[in-house]
Amino acid sequence: MSKILMKGAEAVGEAAIRAGCISYFCYPITPQSEVAEYLSKRLPEVGGTFVQAESEVAASQMVYGAAGAGVRIMTTSSSPGISLMTEGISYIAGAELPAVFVNIVRGGPGLGGILPSQADYFQATKGGGHGDYRFLAIAPASVQEMVEWVMRAFPLAEKYRNPVMVVGDGLLAQMMEPVDFGCVEPTPQIDVESWATTGCKDRPANLINSLFLDPLKLEEFNWKLKAKYEAMEAEIAYEEYKMDDCEMFVVAYGTTSRVVRTAINALREEGYKIGMFRPITIFPFPQKAMRAYGENPRVKSVAVVEMSNGQMLEDVKWAVLEKKPVEFFARNGGIVPNPHETMEFLRKSYEKHGGTK
Amino acid sequence: MEREVTFAGFGGQGVMTVGKFLAQGAMNKGMEVAWVPSYGPEMRGGTAYCTVVIADEPVGSPIVRNPETAVVMNRPSLDKFGPEVKPGGCLIINSSLIDVTTDRQDILVVTVPCNQISMEVTGTGRSANIAALGAYAGAVPVVDFASIEDVVKTKFAKKPKVLEDNMAILQKGYEIGRSAREAWDAGKGA
Repeated sequence: MSKILMKGAEAVGEAAIRAGCISYFCYPITPQSEVAEYLSKRLPEVGGTFVQAESEVAASQMVYGAAGAGVRIMTTSSSPGISLMTEGISYIAGAELPAVFVNIVRGGPGLGGILPSQADYFQATKGGGHGDYRFLAIAPASVQEMVEWVMRAFPLAEKYRNPVMVVGDGLLAQMMEPVDFGCVEPTPQIDVESWATTGCKDRPANLINSLFLDPLKLEEFNWKLKAKYEAMEAEIAYEEYKMDDCEMFVVAYGTTSRVVRTAINALREEGYKIGMFRPITIFPFPQKAMRAYGENPRVKSVAVVEMSNGQMLEDVKWAVLEKKPVEFFARNGGIVPNPHETMEFLRKSYEKHGGTK
Repeated sequence: MEREVTFAGFGGQGVMTVGKFLAQGAMNKGMEVAWVPSYGPEMRGGTAYCTVVIADEPVGSPIVRNPETAVVMNRPSLDKFGPEVKPGGCLIINSSLIDVTTDRQDILVVTVPCNQISMEVTGTGRSANIAALGAYAGAVPVVDFASIEDVVKTKFAKKPKVLEDNMAILQKGYEIGRSAREAWDAGKGA
């Protein structure tokens, strides 16, 4: 299939349609309102349903309802909107329903700004809302990857009957890049009848519920959820870039990983043996693979570059068990680190820990 | 190979549009591209700019501090992006609206009366951006000129008169850019 030049936010909308999601409920918020704009035009063309809700809280409850009815469903928002949606996300996790959420992260806290940020890492990877729940959180680094992961997110949500979140930022949503929608084969929904409220004539009724007043039953349910979240480790995805001979590796994801890649390419020409470990799933975190690099005697240090004041940093430190020094560089508040300042940081960190050239 | 160009002007001058045309042209030639807009709390008539990165490998950082080329359509854009152009790069100045130039000697400077070219062909300055795109294609031959022409043809396919005018404007800009490049290269050789 030939490539189309497309804006990230619009590509997210098109990817959902290609994946068989023709229902979308939302509340617009910068920098991802173009998803809604695009789908408001496209969904009627494919016989789908577009609803602009009265708030993000309402949109998330509409998603809950549609998911319960066995419909492939997605909503998209940005940080403050996702905070409002966490009520719905918690209920959807509690009722074990599949739904796809896209968070185009902007600077925070509060209303924050509208420019790219990775400050919602904790929210995306540690639960976010109330209760003991987790979800697959996936952080693509290009418009193409965003398309692929949005398309894969639907069957993954159905596999685990759980919300899946695709985490991007304003840069990925606003930039245009070539995309090929043919890279991911759409998969049909399976086994919906066994859990969704699709009408129970000739079959036992299904109940959509997250209320367990009996604490023993709720505890048992929580153990079941825990096992499910552990099983999601099968979905761990990451990229290793120039890791084979590295004496220092950088951990970066999403937009930041692109800046780091450019920095590494330039530094390699200067003789610095630096690689990059890029988590694609940020939950579950690719902890084991990263730990193996941390234990490699050739590796002298680790560096983290992210657009938050050290949220993923905590997971990296935990992954390498402080066996190697972990250096940290961040820009925050909507500023994307530029390759120049990233290179300066990497040079200093590399030399500080005795990297050879 | 990674080449970057920033198109800058005030909102309504079509800098975003010509950036997209260029990105489309590059993509059609099988190159890797990223089109990155400025977005933020902007107002009508405020500054707008986009950066197009063209590469033979997937584009790394789409954030570019020093682009190889800047195409500036108004004075504030010249002030902002003129000093940022990479040494050895190129600065294209819309001389219809900018009555000053730069004192930089380390870059190719092309002055193009974009609005005037558009005015002469169409009677309005609306296609000044197309003149600027043509000048870029002439001065910095990263993407085949024919490929850019094809994009313009596709975009205006339904409006034959508009297409004809824009093709003429694109060509005029291209010739100015190309002769500036030839003179610059000849000067360097001497």
